[in-house]
Amino acid sequence: MNKVFSNADEAIHDITDGMTLLLGGFGLCGLPENCITALVKKGIKELTCISNNAGVDDFGIGLMLRQRQVKKMISSYVGENAEFERQLLSGELEVELIPQGTLATRCLAAGYGMPAIFTPAGVGTEVAIGKEIRNFNGKDYLMEMAFDADFAIVKAWKGDSMGNLVYRSTARNFNPVMAMAGKITIAEVEELVEPGELDPDQIHTPGIYVHRIFRGANYEKRIEQRTVRPR
Amino acid sequence: MLDKTGIAKRIAREIKDGYYVNLGIGIPTLVANYIPDNIDVVLQSENGLLGMGPFPFEGEEDADVINAGKQTITMLPGSAIFDSAMSFGMIRARKVNLTILGAMEVSENGDIANWKIPGKMVKGMGGAMDLVASAENIIVAMQHVNKAGESKLLPQCSLPLTGIHCVRKIVTELAVLDVLPGGGFKLLERAPGVSVEEIKNATAGKLIIEGEIPEMDLS
Repeated sequence: MNKVFSNADEAIHDITDGMTLLLGGFGLCGLPENCITALVKKGIKELTCISNNAGVDDFGIGLMLRQRQVKKMISSYVGENAEFERQLLSGELEVELIPQGTLATRCLAAGYGMPAIFTPAGVGTEVAIGKEIRNFNGKDYLMEMAFDADFAIVKAWKGDSMGNLVYRSTARNFNPVMAMAGKITIAEVEELVEPGELDPDQIHTPGIYVHRIFRGANYEKRIEQRTVRPR
Repeated sequence: MLDKTGIAKRIAREIKDGYYVNLGIGIPTLVANYIPDNIDVVLQSENGLLGMGPFPFEGEEDADVINAGKQTITMLPGSAIFDSAMSFGMIRARKVNLTILGAMEVSENGDIANWKIPGKMVKGMGGAMDLVASAENIIVAMQHVNKAGESKLLPQCSLPLTGIHCVRKIVTELAVLDVLPGGGFKLLERAPGVSVEEIKNATAGKLIIEGEIPEMDLS
């Protein structure tokens, strides 16, 4: 079992035009920076990207949008990206906006082997259009399908060569649920260690979900809203 | 009339000891500054944190520690981190006691619109649709009228909805109002110096006024 790749270019080598990708991170936090850079460099197109946000104009998925690599974006909040909003309003980019909890839980369903979930989020709104509604105990719920993605690309703090992952603080966000949801999951980590160095009790994502792992380089970890208080 | 800080102060009075509270972006974020010291409250940030603390001191920002508004924050002792699915799991399962969020429009039957202006603005719903669909207690913090001077408290929303029959209470720069289960905005309190007549004029939806309406106590 060899899951270790040397860098992002190698880890994403077989991602091709038209594929569906799950990309971890919330805003710019916990973003698989190395893989996004590699995807931009590779220049593959017609991608469907599932990610909570669309990055900002010059970082994260925003870089892929700028190069028109994305055919369809499935997200919950895209307010930080002017180029995204422009492509959306002009109809150049296909966009499916879905509630954040629905996005996370559709990942979870995929990773748990469940075809669909029921959630009240979006009942009575345009999100419900065309979806099956079921009533349980007097309340309406939408049926939402598990994601079916070719690749999941996530960022963790530490990982071992078995693919076990540990995240740090709120950089955890969507990464664990997306890691479970890909047909092939690629994890980039800040620290790559040998089996036995991570405490089994502290593993967030068991390695069975992770097919490829590499140690990322030059993390920028950009801060979107730097807010501080006076001393 | 209240400023944004005043709205936040008034809403802070609705928070009770032991509450787990989710604060939305904008005025709701300010509420954290006015939670009384003598009660224990845990703030939930839907990107995956319970126990959100204040902004860090300059130089102590950590890119891995942010809130749902993508702002750098701190974690208080006793904080817990979890993934996005669990975050909305605890919201859906009604473990979060109170949700405070902003709105573009609220209707007299408790519908809320706050995520999209067709053809103009599409930021997305983020976690708002999940929150309003599941929270048992939702307070809306907003301006009573929009920039064009039109009421945001309407017979029905004109913008795409975020959720239906969910808003329980509204605090604006003019008033505190309950949204009644059977429909209608029940006027509870006036902001300092604001007359019932002014509130009437700023409310397009059905306004219910019973007896004397007291002025807010912000002391």
